[in-house]
Amino acid sequence: MAVCIAVIAKENYPLYIRSTPTENELKFHYMVHTSLDVVDEKISAMGKALVDQRELYLGLLYPTEDYKVYGYVTNSKVKFVMVVDSSNTALRDNEIRSMFRKLHNSYTDVMCNPFYNPGDRIQSRAFDNMVTSMMIQVC
Amino acid sequence: MEVAAGGGCGAGPPLLLSDSEQQCYSELFARCAGASSGGPGPGPPEATRVAPGTATAAAGPVADLFRASQLPPETLHQITELCGAKRVGYFGPTQFYIALKLIAAAQSGLPVRTESIKCELPLPRFGMAKSDGEMRFGNPAELHGKKVQIPYLPTEKNSLKRMDDEDKQQESQSPTMSPLASPPSSPPHYQRVSLSHGYSKLRSGTEQMHPAPYETRQPIGQPEGSSSEGPGVKPLHRQASLIRSFSVERELQDNNSNYPDEPWRITEEQREYYVNQFRSLQPDPSSFISGSVAKNFFTKSKLSIPELSYIWELSDADCDGALTLPEFCAAFHLIVARKNGYPLPEGLPPTLQPEYLQAAFPKSKWECTIFDSYSESMPANQQPCDLNRMETSVKDMADFPVPTQDVTTGDDKQALNSTANEPSPKDVAEDTASKDCNSLKARPRSRSYSSTSIEETMKRGENPPTPPPRPQKTHSRASSLDLNKVFQPSVPAANSGLLPPPPALPPRPCPTQSEPVSEADLHPQLNRAPSQAAESSPKKDAPHAQPPSKPIRRKFRPENQTMESQESAAAVGGAASAAMVKPHPTVQKQSSKQKKAIQTAIRKNKEANAVLARLNSELQQQLKEVHQERIALENQLEQLRPVTVL
Repeated sequence: MAVCIAVIAKENYPLYIRSTPTENELKFHYMVHTSLDVVDEKISAMGKALVDQRELYLGLLYPTEDYKVYGYVTNSKVKFVMVVDSSNTALRDNEIRSMFRKLHNSYTDVMCNPFYNPGDRIQSRAFDNMVTSMMIQVC
Repeated sequence: MEVAAGGGCGAGPPLLLSDSEQQCYSELFARCAGASSGGPGPGPPEATRVAPGTATAAAGPVADLFRASQLPPETLHQITELCGAKRVGYFGPTQFYIALKLIAAAQSGLPVRTESIKCELPLPRFGMAKSDGEMRFGNPAELHGKKVQIPYLPTEKNSLKRMDDEDKQQESQSPTMSPLASPPSSPPHYQRVSLSHGYSKLRSGTEQMHPAPYETRQPIGQPEGSSSEGPGVKPLHRQASLIRSFSVERELQDNNSNYPDEPWRITEEQREYYVNQFRSLQPDPSSFISGSVAKNFFTKSKLSIPELSYIWELSDADCDGALTLPEFCAAFHLIVARKNGYPLPEGLPPTLQPEYLQAAFPKSKWECTIFDSYSESMPANQQPCDLNRMETSVKDMADFPVPTQDVTTGDDKQALNSTANEPSPKDVAEDTASKDCNSLKARPRSRSYSSTSIEETMKRGENPPTPPPRPQKTHSRASSLDLNKVFQPSVPAANSGLLPPPPALPPRPCPTQSEPVSEADLHPQLNRAPSQAAESSPKKDAPHAQPPSKPIRRKFRPENQTMESQESAAAVGGAASAAMVKPHPTVQKQSSKQKKAIQTAIRKNKEANAVLARLNSELQQQLKEVHQERIALENQLEQLRPVTVL
């Protein structure tokens, strides 16, 4: 479903970024990068409330003509950004949420690995597989 | 091997070798040392058993043997240095054994340090690539006594027959090896006459011996050899049992290879070993090992972090960051397999699934191993697993050889043999229940001091961190040392001696005081003050050079005189004053008295010094512990950090 999935660390550097092999993958990287601003905006907007009450799922960050970008933030300010093809109108919000939930679960599993140092790039094969499964459906 | 000649091992080296190890090492040593060592066993009748200990392993064969262990060269250098061969200039039995033990340690992933060899270790493995697989302990019986004979040394040993088995294998290799062997300059290189089955080194040894078989006789009186006869004799004796057991191991390898199970199947011995390791980390087998503890433990395996990470992913089925016993066994097994060159699977093999492991080795068995001695518990709960077939023979197994790292092409048989071979758990060592705990406790501890202490601190950290025991009596800062405590032991001890002499050296500032002050009042004061002041002043003064003390003495003289006049009235100082009461002591008498006082003061000083030194070391120890705790807590903090709410 997703064209590009990225995991951004708290310090706004990518822990994991993966996109479908298209001709211009860099475009996705740019999109993810610019979406970070939007994410921060949303976080700060909600930030007045207690952090606990802030919802993890940020929803549609911004749409472009070709793609839609969704965001999700964990409590530790790790951001998941997903770029979805706009033409895929069948995707509903719930599905996106479930996809983010899966991402979050996989990320948690990666964290549980004592050999993973927080802040490292995610090289977990299980995580890769999960992301691939989410992206393959698009094609 | 008629190692019976082995006799007592003279001064036991600091090494603690299990039977298997002893056999293995002595056999290897004999191989390297050659005929001069009298041969561990099959030595020709004229084998000079006389001085088996005088043999030394020639540098060439030893170097080859070490290379065959497939350790990186720097590790080998370290080992050579550590074992003392460089120091003494040759490889005597002691050095050789230490080196072998270090090799075993290095192959198990322990740091190359002398402490590593204190624990139970698997046998060192020496692989010569694929040929290793071909080497099998064909017949354990063969091992008894006879050693493999070098083709060109028919007269040397009566092990020709055994040699036949290996000839074919070895001859193919000999042409390649002999060129290597020929260069050796010194005849000792050809000393290796005795060989045994199953050691690939054996093969290379034989090859090296090709060139000059008869020269081996010469080095009997090798000048280099000098290690005591004792250690040399004993290892010989141990070699036999070791080789015997090792042959059994190899047999088992064959057995395993017959079972077409994938290498992911955990054998009984392997499981035993894993369970032991688990318990060393976590006493309760039904509980789990935390991630950090497991991380430290698995890091010792020297695999790369990504690989370990992946192994964890595979084995931690429930992804809870902790390993239960089955998960731990699976992880351990994967690590072992990886170390053997096996590529990691894409997914957890079915035989490594926790459910499978739980089913295969029901809970009762896990627990049994806790309480019973392992060798006995194993037959008790025989599992319908084909794994257990080896069990009875496994019990004979000497030691736990880490599988050789020669599987590169994924030779299944090889790998299977190695993996099966691998856990020949320290059965021998564990045969005695008493050794169990020791080996268990000793093993993790000796693996790496730093990591085990971290483990302990981590464990401590897992429970609510208890503050380090604060020594109530002593001060935390050295500067605020409780001098009373320091002086207390010395004071009572020197009480009798302290009081008498000090008066001989009245306090320095006192001279002005002593005179004007009333005599009666001053008596006790002066006596007390001198006792303390004199205590400190002699301490200060006595160590100083003589000249400074002379003026003091001179100064004291008038004081003494005043003191004497005062004390003559009342013997407050008791014996001290009595000693003091001397009519006009000449300078010499006073100085002698003062000398005595100084000497006693020196003694007190030394005592106090010892106390302080002890205190210092204790404080250092505490500091170290606190430091470690701090590190552990910081680590914990680090790990917890990403999860915390901002």
